[in-house]
Amino acid sequence: MDLPQKNFNPPKKLFELNWKIAGEAGFGIKSSGLMFAKTIVRHGYFVFGYDEYPSLIRGGHNTYQLHISEIPAYSQKKHVSLLVCLNRKTFDQHKEELAEGAVILFDDSQFQIEESELKNWNAKELKVPLIKLATEVGGDRIMANTVALGASLAVLGGDFDILSQVITETFKAKGEDVINQNIKVAREGFDFASKFNTLWEGNKLQKKQQLKKIVITGNEAIALAAIASGCKFFAAYPMTPTSNILHYLASVGSKKGMVVKHAEDEIAVINMAVGASFAGARSMVATSGGGFSLMVEGYGLASMVETPVVIVEGMRPGPATGLPTWTGQGDLHFVLNAAQDEFPRVVVAPGDISEAFTLTCQAFNIAEKYQIPVIILVDKLVCESHSSVDEYDTKDLIIERGEILGENQIPQSEKFQRYKITQNGVSPRTIPGVKGGQFVANSDEHDQFGFSTEDAIERKEMFDKRMRKMIPLEKEISKPQMIRQFENAPLTVITFGSLKMVMMQAIEWLENEGIQINYCNLNWLSPFPVNFISDLIARSKKTLIIENNATSQLASLIKKETGKGISDVYLKYDGRPFFPEEIVDKVKSLI
Amino acid sequence: MNPADFNTTNTPTWCPGCGDFGMWASLKEALIKLGITPDSALVVYGIGCHGHMINFLKIYGFQGLHGRPLPVAAGVRLVNPDLNVFVVSGDGDCYGEGMGHFIAAARANYNLTLIVHNNQVYGLTTGQTAPTTDQGTKTKSTPLGVIDFPVNPIALAINCEANFVARGFAGDIPHLADLIVQANQHPGFSLVDVLQPCVTYDKVHTYPWYRERIYKLEDKSLPALTSRMTGRQGYDPTNFEQAILKAWEWPPKAGIDTATVDQIPIGVLFKQNRPTFESQLPQLDNGPLAGLNLTKTLIDDLIETFK
Repeated sequence: MDLPQKNFNPPKKLFELNWKIAGEAGFGIKSSGLMFAKTIVRHGYFVFGYDEYPSLIRGGHNTYQLHISEIPAYSQKKHVSLLVCLNRKTFDQHKEELAEGAVILFDDSQFQIEESELKNWNAKELKVPLIKLATEVGGDRIMANTVALGASLAVLGGDFDILSQVITETFKAKGEDVINQNIKVAREGFDFASKFNTLWEGNKLQKKQQLKKIVITGNEAIALAAIASGCKFFAAYPMTPTSNILHYLASVGSKKGMVVKHAEDEIAVINMAVGASFAGARSMVATSGGGFSLMVEGYGLASMVETPVVIVEGMRPGPATGLPTWTGQGDLHFVLNAAQDEFPRVVVAPGDISEAFTLTCQAFNIAEKYQIPVIILVDKLVCESHSSVDEYDTKDLIIERGEILGENQIPQSEKFQRYKITQNGVSPRTIPGVKGGQFVANSDEHDQFGFSTEDAIERKEMFDKRMRKMIPLEKEISKPQMIRQFENAPLTVITFGSLKMVMMQAIEWLENEGIQINYCNLNWLSPFPVNFISDLIARSKKTLIIENNATSQLASLIKKETGKGISDVYLKYDGRPFFPEEIVDKVKSLI
Repeated sequence: MNPADFNTTNTPTWCPGCGDFGMWASLKEALIKLGITPDSALVVYGIGCHGHMINFLKIYGFQGLHGRPLPVAAGVRLVNPDLNVFVVSGDGDCYGEGMGHFIAAARANYNLTLIVHNNQVYGLTTGQTAPTTDQGTKTKSTPLGVIDFPVNPIALAINCEANFVARGFAGDIPHLADLIVQANQHPGFSLVDVLQPCVTYDKVHTYPWYRERIYKLEDKSLPALTSRMTGRQGYDPTNFEQAILKAWEWPPKAGIDTATVDQIPIGVLFKQNRPTFESQLPQLDNGPLAGLNLTKTLIDDLIETFK
């Protein structure tokens, strides 16, 4: 696809740019990116950090790009204004992304970039002897990235003390020497580039009132939400893009009262979580589509024995191993239909990194209140991107567990009916070890005590009981977010999950140009908001579905649920997320 | 308590004469000896004829998926180390579909008692080969005879550093009950592999067949016969080398015709005292994480690290 040539920037007076650093895997690209992100946020700006990397440990090509803005930066963007090239390949691979007047920061002792190569973009060179500056003050060659951080900050007119503080905190565990060495080399880069600070023609970074922001990934947001929600057991088998949930929870679990188990495989993972939850502990697992394929039978088991569990499914392109470190939304139908036969299914897709936190908290409550598995459907873009979000506040977080009976609440006159037929489908439960509560949980179809039954009437009654949970559930889940709604808008866009971030950015730019469209993002995919979406399509002049898969799974879900077809779809399935530039162009082509 | 207190209102559906009856009786007897009541312990079952016991044994129970009872039990133990957990599994469940979990659970050394109904055949699916079936055996799924070498669960468990490894016989209820008690009282992963005749699908390994061959490791009154591998006397279950040799008395090593094997040891084959997995988790120092009450956990200190 051709890149859009127009550079979509907000009004000139705003500070807004896209910084990108790239080089070989093993150069510390992502950790540099995160330090830069924190430094910028502490100046009082918004960021969105997006990385790309191949599935290997050394070599290959890694990139990290940071969208920086005075107003919220909702997503990654394509056009780069400050490109840090740690090798020549970076320039070759990313020159087509350069914005008009971009600055190229590189070490000319390592490779050359001819001036003629920069003409197309009116780009300007900033030659910084990264390796010389690092080694002159006793640093290692590998610290070229830290020199580049100092130099980048100087070009943008930032405050070195803030970077110095971020470095100190980042390397705290590694000791004084490492901290001081990193500060020293960053300072070298900063001082060197300060001499060239007229290269950057845009506004300079101002140290503003610091916002109450944190810089966090979707994985970390989900992990924090699990801890806050009282999750006591987490199991996983490492798999990109959710491995960092395992890493983060493993690092804090012992002090937060959570057992974190890296199990022998994903089948063990889901069965352990069901066991822990059956015993009375909130439990969560995380995986990707491949790992969830192995969990599918256990997912059905959780539903059959009515045991709550939260399952995080981070999508990446497949099938099979696919593109392990890239993104996509191809598992929507898979998770909606996983496991044999029918049972109450709840699938929620956070639209951004703030929602990753709030919806995870809600997923735990729903799982326990209704005694069901809940799937949190995310993707690499939400899982691994950094965003500056409002500090999570757990003041209003309420733990809702539904009815769990203790010894004194269990009717002692009769045998406990764990799977009692009830009007709303939920039967009060107890946990093993509670006096007088003896029951059995059974993956065979069972009667109200849990004993196996193949009786036709009992089967139907128990099946209906389970399915009845969907009625209150439908009322409980929030309506889809109507993010933009205008009278007479020429177009209505509908998306699910992480597309929200990209759409928010595209809408911002479209509205700067005076273009208003309707926009709705779906979080809850099951139960599906049939009436809401049906009405929305009916009153829209034209509807566009945008999704990261090849067969338009959301559009076919909408058709199945509402009977309504969609006029246009915009699809991408090459492992890359949509960029807001692409969406702006697409929208313009349709109105 | 007496055994009938562990009966439900359901009548067992096993074939008349099935070894499962003996194991059901042994387990009830062991539960009584251990002072367990129907609401003070948990039994996790796999899928197979053995798993039907969930309907006949009155105690907290969980019957999950075929091959997966061990991870369910591990999950329970990891959040509630105060709950006594038994796992009742079968040869297909544990040594076939669930083999990976068997090895992982032995290595992890979760404190639980695993009782495997080992009848060397798939009963509930009507008579196919099991992982423990003798080579050459003709079954519904192997009409030309089994090619795979059988699993030796005892040797495997010992090599995975299981804490307690025993073999019982479904036809000797007091002896099996005693093994289950010992296994449960021994901290860590405890295996009781149980020889169990399948009266419907295995016409070779009958009660008399076993009775002619089994001998008890602890029986000091036996004459010191010349054993193929080790003597019958002076057996020390804490001796790893002896235990490995003993484990290969039956099933025999490759090249030895199973029909010629005339002795099968039962009793405690191996024990050691590795610390349990649960005992090494500081999260569990203050007792179970599972419970009836739950409050939210403060994350303010964690939030700080993201600024």
